[in-house]
Amino acid sequence: MIVSDLPVLIPLTFLVSALVVTLFGFWKERWGYPLAVLGTLLAVCLSLYGFFQVMDGSMMRYEVGGWAPPVGIEFVYDTLSAFIVLVINSVALIALIHSRVVGKTEFPGKRGGYYAVAMLLMFGFNGMVITGDLFNLYVFLEISSLSSYALIAIGDKKAPFAAFRYLLIGTVGGSLYLLGIGFLYVVTGTLNIIDMSAMLPQVIDNSAVIGGLILMVLGIGIKAALFPLHGWLPDSYTHASSTSSALIAPIGTKVAAYVVLRIMLYLFGDQLVDIGLPVTSIVGALAALGILYGSIMAMAQSELKKMLAYSSVSQIGYVIMGISLSNPFGFIGAVLHILNHALMKGTLFLVAGNLREREGHTNILKFDESYRKKYPWTMAAFTTAALSMVGIPPMAGFFSKWYLALGTIQNSNWLLLAVILISSLLNAVYFFRVLEKVYMRSSASESTSDTERQEVVPSMLWTTTIAAAALIIVGLFNASIVAVIQHMIPAGL
Amino acid sequence: MNLTLVPILAVLVSLVAVPLILLSARKPNLREFWTIAAAVVKFGLVLTLIPTALEGESIRYVLWEIAPDLPLALNADPLGIFFAVIASGLWLLTSFYSIGYMRGHGEVKQTRYFASFAICLSSTIGVAFSANLLTFILFYEMLTIATYPLVIHSETDKAIAAGRKYLTYTLTAGLLLIAAAGITYSLAGTLTFQAGGLIPEGVMDQSTAIILFLLFLGGVGVKAGLIPIHSWLPSAMAAPTPVSALLHAVAVVKSGVFGVIRVVGFVFGPSMMMDFGLDQILIVAAGATIILASLLAFKQDNLKLRLAYSTVGHLSYIVLGAALLTPIGFTGSILHISAHATMKITLFFCAGAIAVNLHKKNISQLDGIASVMPWTMAAFTIGSLGLAGFPPVNGFVSKWYLAYGSLQGDMLIPVLVLVFSGLLNVGYFFPIIKRAYFHEGGSELDNHSEASPFMVVPLTITAVASIIFGIAPNLFLHLFDMASTAATSLF
Repeated sequence: MIVSDLPVLIPLTFLVSALVVTLFGFWKERWGYPLAVLGTLLAVCLSLYGFFQVMDGSMMRYEVGGWAPPVGIEFVYDTLSAFIVLVINSVALIALIHSRVVGKTEFPGKRGGYYAVAMLLMFGFNGMVITGDLFNLYVFLEISSLSSYALIAIGDKKAPFAAFRYLLIGTVGGSLYLLGIGFLYVVTGTLNIIDMSAMLPQVIDNSAVIGGLILMVLGIGIKAALFPLHGWLPDSYTHASSTSSALIAPIGTKVAAYVVLRIMLYLFGDQLVDIGLPVTSIVGALAALGILYGSIMAMAQSELKKMLAYSSVSQIGYVIMGISLSNPFGFIGAVLHILNHALMKGTLFLVAGNLREREGHTNILKFDESYRKKYPWTMAAFTTAALSMVGIPPMAGFFSKWYLALGTIQNSNWLLLAVILISSLLNAVYFFRVLEKVYMRSSASESTSDTERQEVVPSMLWTTTIAAAALIIVGLFNASIVAVIQHMIPAGL
Repeated sequence: MNLTLVPILAVLVSLVAVPLILLSARKPNLREFWTIAAAVVKFGLVLTLIPTALEGESIRYVLWEIAPDLPLALNADPLGIFFAVIASGLWLLTSFYSIGYMRGHGEVKQTRYFASFAICLSSTIGVAFSANLLTFILFYEMLTIATYPLVIHSETDKAIAAGRKYLTYTLTAGLLLIAAAGITYSLAGTLTFQAGGLIPEGVMDQSTAIILFLLFLGGVGVKAGLIPIHSWLPSAMAAPTPVSALLHAVAVVKSGVFGVIRVVGFVFGPSMMMDFGLDQILIVAAGATIILASLLAFKQDNLKLRLAYSTVGHLSYIVLGAALLTPIGFTGSILHISAHATMKITLFFCAGAIAVNLHKKNISQLDGIASVMPWTMAAFTIGSLGLAGFPPVNGFVSKWYLAYGSLQGDMLIPVLVLVFSGLLNVGYFFPIIKRAYFHEGGSELDNHSEASPFMVVPLTITAVASIIFGIAPNLFLHLFDMASTAATSLF
C-alpha cells in the first residue's frame, strides 16, 4: 500500500463496499451485513494507520486524477480530518456490528439495499471530511444527504414522512450552500479551500464574500441542526430504525459541524473579524440558544429516542459554540466534543436499540425497575453515558465542557459560560428522570425479585458496553488526545 | 519505609472492595467481611501517614496528566491526612454499626448500600488527598453521585424527593466550582493547591476577587451546609441512619468544609483573603448560619432533623474558624472537624439505635428511655454536652481554640456568636436528655432492652473517644499536633 494514496483510499473503501454489498446483497440478502462490517473495518484500519501518519501535525495532499489544484480536485488529509475520519468510521463500525439482529427484525428483506446505502452514506461523510475543494464538498454532502434520507425512511410508520420533511429542508440547505460557493467563486475564481483562504484577505470587503459566508453557514447549519434550523432532526431520529439512528445521530450532524469549523476557522480564519459583521457572535448566540432549547425540549419528551434527538440539538450547540469562540480552548473543546458526543450519543442510541429489540418500545413512562434486573449491562452503559452527558468527571463529557468553559472565560463571555453550566443541570434533569425510573421506582406490575436476566445478544451487548467503556477511557486519558488536537489548531487562532 | 504509594492505595482500597461486595451479594456475611476488611486496611494505611504529617511533610503522587498541565495528582499534606484519619477511622466503626442497623431494620438492597458506601469513602479520601483543584472536583463530584443511591435508599416518595433536592443542590454546586476553577486557571495558570494561596498577587481586582470567591463559596458551601443553601441536608435525613451518621455528619459535609479550608488557605491564601475583605463575607455567612441553624433546631421534633440542623450550625464553626485567618483560629477550625465528627456521629448512632430498638423517631416519644437503653443515652449525653462546649469533651477544646483565635485576630463578635450558640445548643439538647432520664416512660418500653451490640459498641467507642480527645487531644492519633502543623503551614 502506498501511504500517499491514503486520503483517497479511505472514502474509496466505502464506495467499493457499497458496490460489493449491492452485488452480493441482492443475490443473498444475509451477505449484506458481514460485507458492510468488513468494509467498515477495513476503513477503520486505514483511518487508524493514516491517523498515526499525520498525528504530528503534518498534512497529506492528494491530487485526484493527477490534476493539480486549483484546477483539479484536491483531498487534504491533515491531523484534523484524519481525527474526524477515525472518529466517524469507528462509531459507524460499532453501530454496524450492533445492527445484526436489528436488521433481521426491523427491515427484513431489505438488508442488502440497506447496507449498500449505509456504505454510500459513509462514503459521503468521509468525502466531506477529506476533500479540500468546496464544490466537491457539496457533491459529497449530497451523496451523504440522499443516503441518509433513504436510511431514515426505513423505520416505523411515520418514518417516510419524517424523511420526506428532512429531504425538503435538507435540499434547501444544500442549495443555500451551493449558492454560497457560487458567490465566493465569482469573487475569488477558485474552489480550492487552501487557495481561496489565501485570496480572501484581498477581497474581504466585497459584500459578495459576506453573502457567500452567510449562505454557506446557513446551508450547513441546516445539516448540523443548528438552532433554529433543527426542525427536521427530532422526528427523523425518532422514527428511523434503531440502526439508522445509531449510525446517523452520532456522526451526521458532527460532520456538518466539522464543515462549519473548516469554513469559519480555516477558510476565513482571522478574516472573520474584518468582515464587518459579527458572524462569530451571532453563531455563538444561536448555538447558546440551541443548547438551552434542545435541553428544555428534551426534558419534555416521553419517548427516549426523541429525548436523545433533542439532546443532540443541544449538544451540537456545544460544538458550534466552541467554534464560534475562535480561541484555542474553544477549538479544543469543539473537536473533543465531536469525539465525546459521537461516543455518548452512539452509546445512548445503541441502548435505545437494545430496549426496542427486547421491549418493543422506548417509552420512558413505561420504564420500570425490572429493566435493571433484565438488562443490567445495557443499563450500566446508559448510566455511564448519562453521567458523561451531565459532565461528571472523570467521564469524557466533563472534559470537553471544561475546555469550552475555559474558552468562554478566555473571551470573558460570561453569558456563554452560564449557558454551558445551566445546560449541564438540564441534562441532569432529563437523564436522572430516566435513571430514577430504572433504578428506583418499584415495578408496578409484579415483584422484580423473580425477574430473569434477558440481556440482548452478544453482538449488541458488547458494542454497547465497549462504547460506554470508551467514554471512561477517553475521559481518563483525554490529555493525550488533546495533545494531538493541539496540532490541529489553525495558525493565527 | 517508602510511603509514596500509600495515598493512592488508601483511595483505591475501598474502590477495589466494590466489585467484591457486588459479587458476594448472595452471601451477606462475606459481603460484610469485604466492607470491614477494606475499612481496616484503609484506616491502617492512613495511620502510617501520621508521622509524615507531624513533620509537616507531604507525600505527592502524580498519576498522569488528565489535561495539559493539569495532572491527576494526590498530595497527602497534614490537613488532608488529618481529614483522612477521621473519615477512615469513623468508617470502620460505622461499618460495624451499619451491619447491626441494616440487619436489625431488615433493610432491602443492602448490597447497593454497602457498595455505594465504599465508593463514598474512596471519594472522601480522594477529596482529602487531592493535590489540585481539578482532582478535587473529580472526587467531589464522585462523592455527589455515590451518595445519591444512599439518600434515596428507602425509595419512598419522600426519599426520592430528597434525592432530587440533593442532586439539584450538589450538582449546581459542582458547576459553580467548575466555573470557579476555570476562572482560577485562566488567572493563575495552575490549579495546584499551595499553602498560602495559589493565585499570584495582582492578577485580579476587588470585584473579580469577590465574584470568584462567591463562586467558590457556592461550590463548596452547599456541602458545607451554609444557610441559605443548606436545605438539602435536613431533607437528606430520609437516608438510613448510618448514612446520616457518617456521610451527613462526617464525610460529605466535612468534604464541604474541607473545601472551604482549601479555598481559604490554599487557593486564595490568608493575606489575599484579608486584602480583598473576603474574610468578612465568610464571617458573616458563618456567624449567621451558626445562630439561625441553632434556632431552627429548636423547632424540630424529629430527632434526626434536630441533629441535622445542629450539624448545619457546627459546620459553620469550622468555616468561622477558617475565616478568622489566624493560626490559632485555623487550628480550632481543623480540630472541630474531628471533634464534631466524633460527637455528632455518636448522636446519630444513638438516634439510629433508638429507632431500630424502640421504633421511635420523635423527641416527644423519648420519655424514660434511659432506663431501658442506659448505654445509648449515656453516650448521647456525652455527645450533647460536648457540642454545647462543656469540658472535658473534645468540643470544648476546639471551641476554646476558635474563641482564642478570634481574640488573636482582635475580633469580639465571633466570640459572642460562639458563646450564644453554646447556650442555644444547651437549649435544644437538654430537653432530650431530660425526657430520657427524668420523664416516666410508657408501658411500651417493657420487654425492651439495650440495642444490638453491633450498634452499642461503636457508639460507646465514639463517645469515649470524644472524652479522650477532650482530655488529651494528642493521644494516639496526634490530632492536635497535626491540626496545628497544618494551620501554621499556611502562614
